[in-house]
Amino acid sequence: MSSTFADRLLGRVRLGGLLALAAPLLAIVFAALVTSIVLVLTGSPPLGTLALLVDYGSQPRTIVMIVNLATTYYISALAVAIGFRMNLFNIGVDGQYRLAALIAAAVGGALVLPAPLHILVIVLVAVAVGGLWASLAGLLKVTRGVSEVISTIMLNAIATGFGAWLLTTDRLAVAVSGSNNIGTKPIPPSGQFPGFSLVPGTQAKVFGFVVIAVVLGVAYHVLFNRTRFGFDMRATGQSEAAAVASGVNVKKMVLVSMILSGAVAGLVGMPQLLGASYSYSLDFPTGLGFTGIAIALLGRNNPVGIAIGALLWSFLDNSSDILDLEGIPKEIVIIMQGTIVLSVIIAYELVHRYRLAAEQRRVSRELSTAAPAPEGAGV
Amino acid sequence: MSGDRPRSRGSPPRPAQGPSSPRRRGSSRPEGHPSSAGEPVAAPAGPSAANDAVRTQEDAISTPPSPETPAEPAVELRGITKRFPGVVANRDIALSVRHGDVHAIVGENGAGKSTLMKILYGMQRPDEGEILVNGSPVAFRSPADAIAAGIGMVHQHFMLADNLTVLENIILGSEPRAGGVGIDFRAARRKIKEISDAYGLGVRPDVMVEDLGVGARQRVEILKVLYRGARILILDEPTAVLVPQEVDELFDNLRGLVREGLTIIFISHKLDEVLSVADAITVIRRGTTVASVKPGDVTARQLAELMVGSELPSPETRESTVTGEVALAVRGLTVRGADGRAVVEDVSFQIHKGEVLGVAGVEGNGQAELVEAIMGMRPSDGVVTLGDADVSAWPTLRRREGGIGYIPEDRHRHGLLLEAPLWENRILGHQTRRPNVRGPWIDRAGARADTQRIVDAYDVRTPGIDVDAAALSGGNQQKLIVGREMSGDPVVLVASHPTRGVDVGAQAAIWDHLRAARAAGLAVLLISADLDELIGLSDSLKVILRGRMVADVDPRSVTPERLGSAMTGAGDDTPVRRGGAAPSATGARDDAGPSPDQHGAAGSRAGEEA
Repeated sequence: MSSTFADRLLGRVRLGGLLALAAPLLAIVFAALVTSIVLVLTGSPPLGTLALLVDYGSQPRTIVMIVNLATTYYISALAVAIGFRMNLFNIGVDGQYRLAALIAAAVGGALVLPAPLHILVIVLVAVAVGGLWASLAGLLKVTRGVSEVISTIMLNAIATGFGAWLLTTDRLAVAVSGSNNIGTKPIPPSGQFPGFSLVPGTQAKVFGFVVIAVVLGVAYHVLFNRTRFGFDMRATGQSEAAAVASGVNVKKMVLVSMILSGAVAGLVGMPQLLGASYSYSLDFPTGLGFTGIAIALLGRNNPVGIAIGALLWSFLDNSSDILDLEGIPKEIVIIMQGTIVLSVIIAYELVHRYRLAAEQRRVSRELSTAAPAPEGAGV
Repeated sequence: MSGDRPRSRGSPPRPAQGPSSPRRRGSSRPEGHPSSAGEPVAAPAGPSAANDAVRTQEDAISTPPSPETPAEPAVELRGITKRFPGVVANRDIALSVRHGDVHAIVGENGAGKSTLMKILYGMQRPDEGEILVNGSPVAFRSPADAIAAGIGMVHQHFMLADNLTVLENIILGSEPRAGGVGIDFRAARRKIKEISDAYGLGVRPDVMVEDLGVGARQRVEILKVLYRGARILILDEPTAVLVPQEVDELFDNLRGLVREGLTIIFISHKLDEVLSVADAITVIRRGTTVASVKPGDVTARQLAELMVGSELPSPETRESTVTGEVALAVRGLTVRGADGRAVVEDVSFQIHKGEVLGVAGVEGNGQAELVEAIMGMRPSDGVVTLGDADVSAWPTLRRREGGIGYIPEDRHRHGLLLEAPLWENRILGHQTRRPNVRGPWIDRAGARADTQRIVDAYDVRTPGIDVDAAALSGGNQQKLIVGREMSGDPVVLVASHPTRGVDVGAQAAIWDHLRAARAAGLAVLLISADLDELIGLSDSLKVILRGRMVADVDPRSVTPERLGSAMTGAGDDTPVRRGGAAPSATGARDDAGPSPDQHGAAGSRAGEEA
């Protein structure tokens, strides 16, 4: 009757109560089923494989790696989710964070500042670059009506080329000592974000940026649920026509939310840059923006859901390393991830349809018993 | 759906005696009349309220179905009822279409024409009733079933691929095979030529669709349907996209088709066109069939009255609450469409505090654009002043903050977030004002409390304020909107079809709220297609025709028939071929309202062409 499939896909339609739990449970059961079938077909024992993953994934060192990667995934998915809430598909998170990390790393390596200020400058540069890069897509959309899907994908390619041009020894890069890799000048200790030794039994440290990720999640929730600006964004996402009639300046909202999404995307590379590599080199992780899209879908744009999705994704990525050693192809994990995303979407769609019908039945039942009123005709 | 209150077919529903809906004059509504609401008028069962009303004005109308019908009807619908959650879109529809007729189905937007056609074309399944095609009952599960039964649909919006040729478009989906996998283009081309020649469609199979004009595209659509073997064609508002010459060509084509024995169901709300092309007319109002008439027996005016309901509201003593203080003034407002043509042209009016200014007009004469221009949702030339302030350059939000409330025409598109709870819908359009917000923050407690107040004060029937707006019936959604727009002490209320698609109880309640607010000094711009509503509520009335205000009417002395004829203007750009329309136009000239000059001009133009 009303919401489009895209609305439900992107979680702009809420589910309440027990049904909110039914959907993910349904999805997990279904994903487990499909993965088991694939494992059986490839000649591996499903339960044994799962035990291997859990066993390896619960070792202290792996836990730290899972949390660290999940931090990155989480920020990336939040950036995507900001757009999704507004009906904007920011496919360009990937290009936005890579360009932001490169330039922020170059600035951070060139500056000498006291510790907190140094970090702050690097982070602000990253946010600014990410926001600026995304604003190009936003401007194109509001002034020329260019679909942000197309423009952000193209901007990804441009960011790749632009980054490669910047990351040469003539410009921002220096040779990394002891290898044939090149990267930006390493950020001095004053610009490094200290980590925590949270997990006993390992030397590995949890990225300090995990705190920033949590703060971002809370801010995301507050922005969308408690502020006027967030209300305007949600209203625009749910019904642009209604938003216009209620006085929302939709063009402004598109531009602002695109910039906001890009600004958060600028932070995606920061945990890695400030917590581990301290330099943007040729082997800086790529593709995090696309993983963010999948996780935003998985978490249905809900900050807690995204956190769970990011941890799950990161767990599968990290613990899959053990599978090769046991002779099980580690690509099985990619199949799992894909199945989970698909089954979550399908499960939520099913539960949504059930809920909508149930609520309409409930309302008309309650009303017909409370006050028998005549029915109207016409729509 | 199962929660809908059951209603036995044919039983006269006595609406609107809901315990808590205050009604002062609702019982005088045509919908309040038992037989017009519940009984299929087309059945030979006898006269109906609507026809009674027509007869009292002119005795010339014959309502029984044509006695000379030889064979069983091509299409017959009996007691079709279709409910959507919360509303009944179609109720007890009775329709009988003779073989070889152009059968027009007329009704206001939202009367239920489209739902009916979707049912007939298998896109939706009726909850009750039966469909008979050529005398045998059918149950369509999908359009494919309807096509198999020989029913084809030409949609209002063409469904053609621009970058394919006419031939490719026509065979798409039902390609003739030349042994195995190849497509037999030669056979297809031959068949298309045959059909085109037989019906005089003049379709050339090998041109690209992108090179065709609108009229030619429509002929391709018709041919596409014929190619699939349809003998019964449904045309959904086929003239909406055509210029007058193309309309003429289309009507020539339609006559050619029926000459060859095809049956055409023609959906429209343009009365002059219907009168000129149809062999039989069925009128739908508020989801049910209210009359079946012959075009020779009715005038455009009478048809308009059947469409919108014509019973006069009970005369009531009204104390004028109009003050001398101008609340909203519009001067020289012009709105241009995408093609640069003026859809609203040089419109000026003033609304005083405590005044309801009604704008009467057939839909699509610029009302929607006028409203959107006043709300600042659409660029326009001219001056709009709110009180003393020139708001012409203000964005929508500022106008709303300045005290303009807005009841939009399409509540689902413009008025509500259907998938959001009621209390969030309370905030919509008022997201900068208390009690919804405090600074940049949403004030949940304040918004929720105020939503509860609206729900109580406006009798919104809902289990709570946390249910989604989509779960409410249309009438209750509308009451919520009215309540929302009345809060925050508006100075001006722009009300577009405030009671469209709502049940009579809610309608009466909304009217009462509007009257009370008017008494409290609210200025109301009322756009409506419901003549009773306009006459009953307005302190002054203007008639809009083709984007211009063509007449001022005094609601105290005007009759719905005069207003109706002023509204239709009897189409001066579409030649009228049958007698039906002409008398109405001339009649309109005779008894035009207080502004005979302008109005008579429209009428006489039509009269000359007839």
